[in-house]
Amino acid sequence: MKRRTALASNPGAKLIDAFLPASAAGIMELLSPVAPGWGSTLLTGLLHSVEIAVGATCLGLMIGTAGAFGKLYGGPVTRDLLAVYTTVVRAVPELVLILLLYYAGTDLINQVLTAMGYSRVDISGLAAGIFVLGFVQGAYSTEVIRGAILAIPQGQIEAARAYGMSPGLMLRRITLPAMLPFAIPGLANLWLIATKDTALLAVVGFFELTLATRQAAGVTKAYLLFYLAAGALYLALTLFSNLIIGRVEAWSRRGMPSVKEAR
Amino acid sequence: MSAEATAINMAARASIWLKPHRIVLILIALALVLCAAFFMRWDWLPQYWEMGLIGIWRALWILAVTCALGFALAVPLGLAQAGGPIWFSAPAKAFCTIIRGTPLLLQLWLLYYGLGSIFPQYPWIRESWLWPYLRQAWPYAVVALTFSFAGYEGEVMRGAFAGVPRGQLEAARAFGMSRWKIFRRIWLPQAFYRALPTLTGETVLQLKSTPLVATISVIDIFAVSSKVRQDTYLTYEPLLLLALIYMTITGILVFVFSRIEARIPVKIG
Repeated sequence: MKRRTALASNPGAKLIDAFLPASAAGIMELLSPVAPGWGSTLLTGLLHSVEIAVGATCLGLMIGTAGAFGKLYGGPVTRDLLAVYTTVVRAVPELVLILLLYYAGTDLINQVLTAMGYSRVDISGLAAGIFVLGFVQGAYSTEVIRGAILAIPQGQIEAARAYGMSPGLMLRRITLPAMLPFAIPGLANLWLIATKDTALLAVVGFFELTLATRQAAGVTKAYLLFYLAAGALYLALTLFSNLIIGRVEAWSRRGMPSVKEAR
Repeated sequence: MSAEATAINMAARASIWLKPHRIVLILIALALVLCAAFFMRWDWLPQYWEMGLIGIWRALWILAVTCALGFALAVPLGLAQAGGPIWFSAPAKAFCTIIRGTPLLLQLWLLYYGLGSIFPQYPWIRESWLWPYLRQAWPYAVVALTFSFAGYEGEVMRGAFAGVPRGQLEAARAFGMSRWKIFRRIWLPQAFYRALPTLTGETVLQLKSTPLVATISVIDIFAVSSKVRQDTYLTYEPLLLLALIYMTITGILVFVFSRIEARIPVKIG
């Protein structure tokens, strides 16, 4: 009973202790972007995360577009190989794929280089991260884009063929623009997944937001504060992306009857 | 008659697989597997066999528990968002947004390192019956994965609850059912049938999230493979086997769920 009253007298102080253990300075000073604060570390981490997410999404889109066309219009061997690719990548955890591709990719490049008579190189974490996540994203976006192309009314493609368009022109003028409204919700989802998957690169030691947070928290011992701050940064990134995505979606659907009116 | 039909069916199924290019591809795949079996080092397998089985069991156990708990949490979350008053729906929506907007790895570390560093500062927590559990890693893993599943599935359940036609609920009310009975007999089953196809995907995603618990020192199959890699200095063999194990589990999950889905009536309201 006595202890409880003693504790009840300063629960607020205990909570502040949790954020700021030992002799640490105030919250603002810990998060401030200048030297003793760790704000700049976190922001650098966020920047790296965004860089990787953007790179991986672009690479994934390229792989996805090629993969979707291969799956739809390719020969039987291409189709089977692509089916194996998408199935395997979507069935194995990203963390395992990242480790596997990270080691395999750097090993392969170095072996090719030594075979060609060059010396081994250190592959930058950024390039490796983009390659690995892009490879994973490619499998998902292949399926998204394939579904979107299948959703285009067949008559539009037949009409384009009837006009005598070459496949390249048809792709540029008909297929890609017509598929966008169907593909954008799925691709937007993939972008959000990409921003969150960058956190997994912390496990292979790439300096992005989650690893930066871990370092800052480990040094200052203010674990909760820094993890909450990083969470807020990720959340802000997601919400900002959602805002942009909404605009893009509205733009890609311009001229189409809205779903509300159709009902 | 039926034997004939099955024979034809089997022949049709075989002919899909026995096209010439498929045979060549299968042979190449077999050759790759045999190469891997003979030219890579697998002599560590007998030593770590048992540990691996325990790791698989633990991963499956975490998967089952977190999916069950997460779904139990997702139903009220979905319900609150679909038809609740604002003071229920707003917190539920905020919860789903936060969970879906931040990486699971960060949530896991926030709980384990963040909350885990606060608990010992309170003597009454250290003296409570919960303390022996709070000192271990797995409760944090279970809570983080449960919240994650609930966040994603809660959003799905919101759509599923909202998608049940109003006429069904009005008819139930016209029959004089109480609100609880309407929920139990009409609303929940129909929403569940709607959500079932996504449940397969969510469960597979959840399986793919389980290796993250290895980063907070829960020994699942991923942690076992890391240990093998550290002990033997092998890079690829443990990872390849790990990928194969996850693919097998995914295949089994998808098969089981497709069986369950096949038993559910296709036509819904």
